[in-house]
Amino acid sequence: MAAPLTQFDVLAIRREFPILQQEVNGKPVAFLDSAASSQKPRAVIDCLEDYYRRYNANVHRGVYKFSEEATFAYERARGKVARFLGAASPRELVFTRNATEAVNLVAHSWGSANLRPGDHILLTLMEHHSNIVPWQMLAARTGAVLDYLSLDGEGRLVLEELDSKLNERTRLVAVTHQSNVLGTINPVQYLAERAHAVDAKLLVDGAQSVPHMPVNVRDLGCDFLVFSGHKMCGPTGIGGLWARRELLEAMPPFLGGGSMIKVVELDHSTYADVPARFEAGTPAIAEAIALGEAVDFLNTVGLEPIRQHERELLGYALERLGELAELTIYGPHDCEQRGAVISFTLQGVHPHDVAAVLDSDGVAVRAGHHCTQPLHRHLAVPATTRASFYIYNTPEEVDRLVAGLAKARKLFA
Amino acid sequence: MDDIYREQILEHARYPHNYGTLEGATCSHEEHNPLCGDRVRIDLLIADGVIADVRFSGRGCAISQASASLLTDAVKGMPVEAAKAYSKDDLLELIGIPLRTNPTRLKCALLPLKALKVGLYGVGYSHEDEDDDL
Ligand SMILES: Cc1ncc(COP(=O)(O)O)c(C=O)c1O
Repeated sequence: MAAPLTQFDVLAIRREFPILQQEVNGKPVAFLDSAASSQKPRAVIDCLEDYYRRYNANVHRGVYKFSEEATFAYERARGKVARFLGAASPRELVFTRNATEAVNLVAHSWGSANLRPGDHILLTLMEHHSNIVPWQMLAARTGAVLDYLSLDGEGRLVLEELDSKLNERTRLVAVTHQSNVLGTINPVQYLAERAHAVDAKLLVDGAQSVPHMPVNVRDLGCDFLVFSGHKMCGPTGIGGLWARRELLEAMPPFLGGGSMIKVVELDHSTYADVPARFEAGTPAIAEAIALGEAVDFLNTVGLEPIRQHERELLGYALERLGELAELTIYGPHDCEQRGAVISFTLQGVHPHDVAAVLDSDGVAVRAGHHCTQPLHRHLAVPATTRASFYIYNTPEEVDRLVAGLAKARKLFA
Repeated sequence: MDDIYREQILEHARYPHNYGTLEGATCSHEEHNPLCGDRVRIDLLIADGVIADVRFSGRGCAISQASASLLTDAVKGMPVEAAKAYSKDDLLELIGIPLRTNPTRLKCALLPLKALKVGLYGVGYSHEDEDDDL
């Protein structure tokens, strides 16, 4: 990549993202939808191309130079991502397509082997569909029961409910580290202690935290953590599951096929060691290697400075948006308790129309239920508009958001 | 955007025609857009093979509300056979704004038509206009 960014220079960072140099509707693009998927720095884009141009070959299968180089780069990327998350070993890191696939892997493999009729799985009302639906499907297969922690008026978990909802029947707590709608940052360490006290496991959905703040699985004390590469400056099609080594080693395979076996007989097979046991078939090689590059990029900037930058943007945005009387903002008021994701409704204007007016000014936001229908039902709104910030966003873009909202309000008043 | 939010659209969204429900409707059907949580219900009163009266209800963006308003105006008094043949192109022409290159907003615009068609043909009818051009 280019010159190291030692201090937080957002303009220098922006220059690393080719897509941000474009205009939309004649205006420089203000990309405020990184919670859905982040943009990619040049280094990541180049890394993908470099793989296909220079050493494209399947991994773990050839003895020739390209394949050895590809295998080396793929496994080195695993090491980078594992270190990034504070894993004890690269063997604890399984590459998946995305966070969703990682949850499904745990539900099928660990879940089917460990859940019995009447066992409980504890979720929360703020979960993304990808941390709800796989557990519903598991519950239907096993006879397990789902419980949900509810939320207070600022969209924070009602932790007092743990006293009743977390009990000796609970086998698993699955919770998002940071809400993709409310921005709420959940007390994962505390939840890990509480879950372990009743012998339950804790799965953390890190899709919205891993890209934006330092995340160390050993500090969190969780048992599983899932994430998506495309939200953290990496390509689509790659993500991962981190799991404690002893848990992972005891888990049966998820998908069957090549690469995940030791010996295949006609009527049965023996399975490879972890993590290969969970990576059936040809993996997303270029994407995994480029995810390693994304991790290098994030490390160069620094996760603590990224969080600090986003906290400043968040504070400024909450202050400016607070000036709009017709706006309802969801989630915690305190910037320490939330990430830089702001969902809101503008009185009298449908979220889709808000997003369309903003788009006409080159401000890209998302409208809808953001894959959290139970949460929107709890908020009693069919949809919200969401602005989310990342490493490359600026206070000027917040100003453009505010101006666009005032315009939408006027147009539909 | 200024292309999308023409005055006609804004007027229909603000003051939709035929908004409400029909007591004793011959058929009524509701469609959802899972993407944005919008829903449109269309109630029809059919007499002698003609749509004698029509209402729509639900919630949605300006495009879907204006589309429902315009569509219900258009089919009121129309023979059922003609309403069944009412096409996506007919509706888009009526709406009169460029939506073809905007698949998400196209879905909003076509939601009322889907509610009408499925209502008329019965559940299970696969709405031919739905996924074209997407
Ligand atoms: C909190 C949260 N969990 C899970 C996901 C699912 O991510 P993916 O679609 O990449 O699997 C998302 C992304 O939308 C998310 O925001």
